[in-house]
Amino acid sequence: MIRTFSESEFLFIVASARWTLLLTLLSLLLGGLLGFIVALARTSQLAPLRMLAAGWIGMIQGIPVLMLLFLSYYGLSMGGVDMPPIVAASVSMAIYASAYLGEIWRGSIQSVAWQQWEASAALAMSRAQQYRYVILPQAVRIAVAPTVGFIVQLVKNTSIVSIIGVVELARAGNLVNNATFAPFKVFGTVAATYFIICWPISLLARRLEGRLNARRSG
Amino acid sequence: MPVVQVEGVRKSFGAVEVLKGIDLTVERGEVIAIIGRSGSGKSTLLRCINGLEGIQAGSIEVSGHKLDASGRGLRELRKDVGIVFQSYNLFPHLRVGENIMLAPRVVLGVGKAEARQRAEEALAEVGLAERFEAWPDNLSGGQQQRVAIARSLAMKPKVMLFDEVTSALDPELTGEVLATMERLAEHGMTMLLVTHEMAFARRVATQTIFMHQGKVWEVGPSERLFGAPQTPELRQFLGTGLK
Amino acid sequence: MNGFQFQFSPVFARSDVLLEGLWLTLQLSAIGISLGALLGILLAMLRGLAPRALRWPVDAYVELVRNTPFLVQLLIIFFGLPSIGVKLTAEQAAIGAIVLNLGAYSTEIVRAGIESVHKSQIEAGLSLAMTRWQVFRHVVIAPALARVWPSLSSQFVLMMLSTSVCSFISVQELSGTAANVESDTFRSFEVYITVTAIYLALALVMRGLLAMLGAVLFPKGSGLGRLRTQSGR
Repeated sequence: MIRTFSESEFLFIVASARWTLLLTLLSLLLGGLLGFIVALARTSQLAPLRMLAAGWIGMIQGIPVLMLLFLSYYGLSMGGVDMPPIVAASVSMAIYASAYLGEIWRGSIQSVAWQQWEASAALAMSRAQQYRYVILPQAVRIAVAPTVGFIVQLVKNTSIVSIIGVVELARAGNLVNNATFAPFKVFGTVAATYFIICWPISLLARRLEGRLNARRSG
Repeated sequence: MPVVQVEGVRKSFGAVEVLKGIDLTVERGEVIAIIGRSGSGKSTLLRCINGLEGIQAGSIEVSGHKLDASGRGLRELRKDVGIVFQSYNLFPHLRVGENIMLAPRVVLGVGKAEARQRAEEALAEVGLAERFEAWPDNLSGGQQQRVAIARSLAMKPKVMLFDEVTSALDPELTGEVLATMERLAEHGMTMLLVTHEMAFARRVATQTIFMHQGKVWEVGPSERLFGAPQTPELRQFLGTGLK
Repeated sequence: MNGFQFQFSPVFARSDVLLEGLWLTLQLSAIGISLGALLGILLAMLRGLAPRALRWPVDAYVELVRNTPFLVQLLIIFFGLPSIGVKLTAEQAAIGAIVLNLGAYSTEIVRAGIESVHKSQIEAGLSLAMTRWQVFRHVVIAPALARVWPSLSSQFVLMMLSTSVCSFISVQELSGTAANVESDTFRSFEVYITVTAIYLALALVMRGLLAMLGAVLFPKGSGLGRLRTQSGR
């Protein structure tokens, strides 16, 4: 039975964005935590830790997000526990985010002038104190713009989890399209919803970046 | 007991040995200037005394804290050794007062009120009492360097190291920094300074050390060292000017 | 792990299927990335030469593509075009989506490269009586590409990895065939571990090849090589 693309279909699609947003938020929190550890390891004084983190980043950045999703999905269910798909989805997105955020934050930490390490060491600060009071506060300012920019990538990539049955935006579009056969209206609505979420974030990232560059050259 | 005791220190960067067995003693209240050509190892020696560079042999002892090739005891030693760099290295995300209060608070565990008092005293000592709330970026180079001195002073170090602290400054700004250092010396601070300012070294330093090819080549009271250099190398160094 | 045992042999027994998928992944990537990069370079140049008022269509395209998922772009092309009478296969839709997507990212990257070329270079070219087009072609584009080559390379690798999404419209590339092998063998984890390893190897090889290509296109000591290493991290 073919339904028409009416207001209720439209609302169904738009409302499903809440799962997209929730998934983004969950993976940002979990991935951010992991990514922070990756960034610290990547800038550690211990060579094995640095290599491990570099290997993690290089590996995750060489794997399709779709594969991370399948591996999380089947990996988690291998223990025999039936996980709700949203768990596997969040885990895979967090793993994906940890590599990219880890790399962004490594760059931010390393772009703090090395003399700041020296000056704080000369004041007898421990490595942890150097990070906490001197290096990270400066690195955060540098990291904000690219981190916000990455959130756009994260939002878009959550569309992939539709394949394991999480009814977020893309999956909602598919369901409605199968019932209405109005692909332009359906996927136009889906695309517009993504755009309305992503575009302001992109603009914000660009403005933050411009402000940072202005401060640096000023 | 001497404040700084350096014995047989050797230091290499790869295959190049920059310090070839240095002995040096600094007594309380002494001001010692280290002069020499670039590459003579004078800055490296200063950085070793603060543990910013490791040493391969020998030992460094500052007010009872011993530093050897193993690198143990580093933080304890650094609490008693202040160092000021050529490039100020203030923390740009902190106001002047916060720059100075940070290390006493987190490293020494001093309370907020006392840290603030220390910072105010230190700023007054360098003549910048009114810039407590300023941002480093809004200060001149000379002022930034004086804040850097105050930041070290607030740790109440037993000895202060100065590593070519006026080299990055415009000539008209070096005077205020040198005057600050001279006042510190008058107040009895033990100081070790690497410098190109020969007139300053001659006037303020009780002893001057001439370093050449990684060794202490000549050492003595400043007046004698500058007035009657014994070695041809020092004569040539003083004769050909500052570099 | 409740006694779970890895069994890779049923997966390896279907390696011919996976190899066919790999071959299609390579084709999709090679064609899509070449055309997409070309589109990006052309649009970035067009944008650089066009009067300010005419830049907005290029900017709108870039913004629209960069702020919507590749999957949705793929679905619009695959389901949308046939609904208005354009017949196309899943593979054609896939290539179309790849070109459209990479084209936008490349435009943005190359645009940044063009804007980083110093004005004095352009003025020098114009003062030698070159036309704006000649200046662009001979003075601007090569240094611009040299400078952004590392960013372009990463984008190409990301695009290759994203071809896996084409399995959503049942294109039988590597992940599409993986799904087939999975439903034949029920060794889900083993299948996807295997395929993941293949993607990872592809990505590593591609990174290496692109770095070599960069060294050939923008050789060291040519000035372009300097730009390339300056921007590369």
